[in-house]
Amino acid sequence: MTLQPENLKYLPSHEWVYAPQDGSGIATIGISAFAVAELNDLVYMALPKVGQQIEAGQEFGEVESVKAVSPMYSPVGGQIVEIHDGIVDRLETLNSDPYVQGWLIKVKISDPSQLDGLLDYAAYQKLLAQNG
Amino acid sequence: METQEHKTALTDWHVQNGARMASFAGYQMPIQYTGIVAEHTATRQAAGVFDISHMGRLRFDGPRADQLLEQVLTRRVLDMQPGQVRYSLVCNESGGILDDVLVSCLESPSGKVYFLLVVNASNKPKIVRWLAPHLADFPDVEFHDVTDMTAMIAVQGPKAIEVCGKLFPASVLGLGYYRAKVTDQMSKPCIVSRTGYTGEDGFELIVRAEDAPRVWENLLMAGRAVGISPVGLGARDTLRLEAGMPLYGHELDENIDPYMAGLGFACQCKDRTFVGRDTLAVRSKQELEVKRVGLLVEGRRAAREQSACFDMAGNPIGTVTSGTFSPTLQKPISMAYLSRQAAVLGAEIQVDIRGTSSRAWVQELPFYKRANSV
Repeated sequence: MTLQPENLKYLPSHEWVYAPQDGSGIATIGISAFAVAELNDLVYMALPKVGQQIEAGQEFGEVESVKAVSPMYSPVGGQIVEIHDGIVDRLETLNSDPYVQGWLIKVKISDPSQLDGLLDYAAYQKLLAQNG
Repeated sequence: METQEHKTALTDWHVQNGARMASFAGYQMPIQYTGIVAEHTATRQAAGVFDISHMGRLRFDGPRADQLLEQVLTRRVLDMQPGQVRYSLVCNESGGILDDVLVSCLESPSGKVYFLLVVNASNKPKIVRWLAPHLADFPDVEFHDVTDMTAMIAVQGPKAIEVCGKLFPASVLGLGYYRAKVTDQMSKPCIVSRTGYTGEDGFELIVRAEDAPRVWENLLMAGRAVGISPVGLGARDTLRLEAGMPLYGHELDENIDPYMAGLGFACQCKDRTFVGRDTLAVRSKQELEVKRVGLLVEGRRAAREQSACFDMAGNPIGTVTSGTFSPTLQKPISMAYLSRQAAVLGAEIQVDIRGTSSRAWVQELPFYKRANSV
């Protein structure tokens, strides 16, 4: 399984999570291409600190465009083990690749069963179609 | 409340051309086509075309139309000559702002002189109600809400005049700032005025609704070589903010008087009678308690509407009314009402952005002024 949109799980609020079954229990989190396109013209992003504990569904940061500010929610709970270094100064990366190059944080998942409650790719696409 | 969703004469064009749409004051309006920054930049560097058909257009005919308007506008109307446009306010008896408007005195090709009032879309029902007793006083004045039978298109930017030169006679291009003319565009009637809401030079056009899609396409075609772009309400807001122009519902409302808003120039109290005149005449001589100012904010987070402002000792001094990240300045800008003591140009203040305090500096408006502006 590789990090590509089809293999990710999603929140209806457009955050994605990649949780490989490699025994590490470490999930990678970002925001979807739809969210980036919707926000357009990103100017600012705030991310949490490594070591911080986060609950599933909890706000982990905010992203701001010329138009508006949006909170970003974590699809899973656990400890934040890594922040994508320098990404907040290269927000244009998210426009071209919000997945592999544009990941935001990594979380050591506390309870893998949380993943079951998330949208798979097909369900997320369906949600976008309904709202679009 | 208006519950019906109105289309402008250009709504279908916006949808067909991929605009992100939203309802604004009951009209289906484009928020953006390609992106706010791209559209903003096109307007600053070349030209932008805006569908502003949601704005209310109210027409007054008859020899006493000027007398009627003189009663309700803070700006003198009686001395207006055909071809003149004035920015004015409509105030209540206590000097609170009901709307900010453009009043034009126009002469039709047949030589008939009439007045046109352009009001904010969201305020139109209120203003029409407000006018009713005055219209009753002037039964000989004919009043028509011509909003839905017409469309309004703004062409703004350093190349706007050049672009319009391909469509309009030379007499139109020579119009002075805040001047208007009834002309035609390919034999179709059109009101052209040298006005705008972006801080750029340009025109605002009023055409018959059925002619609007053709005029819109003609403008885009005429401007293709210079990089003209259709512009949505998103960039209209960032452009007017940079230009320091107030927006009703943000900088202006019924609890704000013209002097607080820095719009004292639009009040002419001497030797006139109009609604709110007596209060405004007193206010014009008083020291201001609060004042509209610009704020430059540190970092990249914008202080948006409702952000609270504090002095360096932490005392509350005011509130932000609009804010965005300025595409031209590449930094966050805001407008705010600050107490007199705090509204000192260059003064450092603190602004609360969703729970975090950022430093900001009081700045003179506008944030952006075009080169060779009048």
